Amino acid sequence: MNIVVCVKYVPDAQSDRTFNDSDKTTDRESVDGLLSELDEYAVEEALKLVEAGEGEVTVVTVGPDQAADAVKKALQMGADKAVHISDEAIHGSDAPATSLVLAEAIKKIGSPDLVLCGLASTDGTMSVVPAMLAERLGLPQVTQASELSVEGDAVKIRRDGDVASETIEASLPCLVSVTDQINEPRYPSFKGIMAAKKKPVETWTLADLGVDAGQVGLDNSWTKVLEFTKRPPREQGEIVKDEGDGGSKLAEFLASRKFI
Amino acid sequence: MFELDRHHEDFRRTVRDFAEREVAPHVAQWDRDSYFPTDLVPKMGDLGLFGLVVPEEFGGAGEHGDFTSLCVAIEELGRVDQSIGITLSAGVGLGINPILTYGSDEQKQRFLPDLVAGRALAGFGLTEPDAGSDAGATRTRAVRDGEEWVVNGAKAFITNSGTDITSVVTVTARTGENEDGSPQISAIMIPSGTPGFTAEAPYHKLGWHISDTHGLTFEDCRVPAENLLGEEGEGYKQFLKTLDDGRIAISALALGMTQAMLELATDYAKTRQAFGRPIGANQGVSFQVADLAVMVEASRQLTYRAAWLKDEMEAGRRGLKEVKQAASIAKLYTSEAAVTATRIATQIFGGNGFMEEYPVARFYRDAKILEIGEGTSEVQRMLIARNLGLPSA
Repeated sequence: MNIVVCVKYVPDAQSDRTFNDSDKTTDRESVDGLLSELDEYAVEEALKLVEAGEGEVTVVTVGPDQAADAVKKALQMGADKAVHISDEAIHGSDAPATSLVLAEAIKKIGSPDLVLCGLASTDGTMSVVPAMLAERLGLPQVTQASELSVEGDAVKIRRDGDVASETIEASLPCLVSVTDQINEPRYPSFKGIMAAKKKPVETWTLADLGVDAGQVGLDNSWTKVLEFTKRPPREQGEIVKDEGDGGSKLAEFLASRKFI
Repeated sequence: MFELDRHHEDFRRTVRDFAEREVAPHVAQWDRDSYFPTDLVPKMGDLGLFGLVVPEEFGGAGEHGDFTSLCVAIEELGRVDQSIGITLSAGVGLGINPILTYGSDEQKQRFLPDLVAGRALAGFGLTEPDAGSDAGATRTRAVRDGEEWVVNGAKAFITNSGTDITSVVTVTARTGENEDGSPQISAIMIPSGTPGFTAEAPYHKLGWHISDTHGLTFEDCRVPAENLLGEEGEGYKQFLKTLDDGRIAISALALGMTQAMLELATDYAKTRQAFGRPIGANQGVSFQVADLAVMVEASRQLTYRAAWLKDEMEAGRRGLKEVKQAASIAKLYTSEAAVTATRIATQIFGGNGFMEEYPVARFYRDAKILEIGEGTSEVQRMLIARNLGLPSA
């Protein structure tokens, strides 16, 4: 079974994330980036499926030069090869534009049996690219899978909702997005790190995909960030001295905030 | 000149991630309970940590691995917790290396795959209640009886010797006398569970609470003759070589500690307020943090230069004498710097530094052993001086 996993290079959530002042896009220069943690689950699930049977795992990412780091990590985890689509014209693309680039890249890679995505990126957190991508590829989509198995020509997934868990079947080929409950992503091993050095990474531009620059990028996106304001720093907490009545003061505080 | 390769830095990131996710959240509790996390060992094996200097046929990294990578792993584990760092360091340096270096094919096949995978741990029993660096004073005896060795004696402070997954402990024992009357020392492998071999109750230690350390006793403990490791009478030489490697590994462990002190103290000095400003605004504090940064840098250079020299020696490009001197210098400096660094960090943390809620307290307790294990500071100074051609006593 051949699987394509879509991954994203995102700013490290541990660092001080911000936007570029000039065009209000995510600042990817001054902040360290990494493979979106939510995408690690998709990579892990793909590796498990291939390890249990046969086939290969291709990771694909759309992003600037540094995004090569994201595919490198996926290769270190065990993916077989990678495609990195990098083109200045893509800068500022919104979800529909990104899904277009991904869709064309997946068509060029070949026709995978399964396309796997994470739940959402940890920077944009829109969670819509998987659905848009499935639409563009004309594939059935099952999203937010917390369990996945392949049986014959179909995938079966469990989708946990607030009040019920659904078990859903879809015929292959299809697209599945997975949650952070589905598995425990592996750490790249030393051998994986060394092996990744020799794995093929292809870098494609929009021209390689036959995508017109007028369909993507900040100026051609359907949505645009107009303004951003930094969330004000958290205020110093209220310190209550316990003079024997600490418990009731705590209760008063919680009641005043309608927590109890 | 030496510098870390890109893959060393990639590997550092993996081990750091692992340490921060799998170790850091639990370490205060493990330390409080003196709990050895057996389940962590196979996870370390999955990362490849035990196989960095082991051939591929036993599951190791083969030609891709090197001693420098092992030091990176020990440093990063040691940055989060010293006990976990020493578990790896001893697991490889004292558990795997003697078998790999001196073992027969059969011994290697029997023990190494499990040790490399983290399914098992091995210990190395040299120190005795009355014999430390003076290994000639070894009293444990092994007497040949037909096709068996009969071992009697006791060992002290043996790391990884009593875990649920300890498969074997190699011990040094007198097996006779040389012509000059000095004891002939040999190394003998005692598998766990051998009748007469007891790992005593764990020690109550000042630090390294999470690390598994036991005294061992041997009472008419019988093992097959083929459990001799290496040549009969070569045990003394074998363990000296084992200790050389261990010194650089301890440097890496000390470096991880000093690095942790720098990070914790810097963060605290920036955020802790006194008299309306961060305490780091006072030179009395900021100068000490600056000193920590210098210690980290010096420790890093000494450690990785020694590790690089050792890798170069393995490739036949450097000599043993140079490596030994670099190892002693690195071990001496980095361990003493780590002790100083924990003292400085604890002082910067003030009263909080004395509380177990803050990790500096654990590091403070863990530091002292670095100046003692794998040859005390005094032994290092003696070796360094001797190497300079000064007369020995």
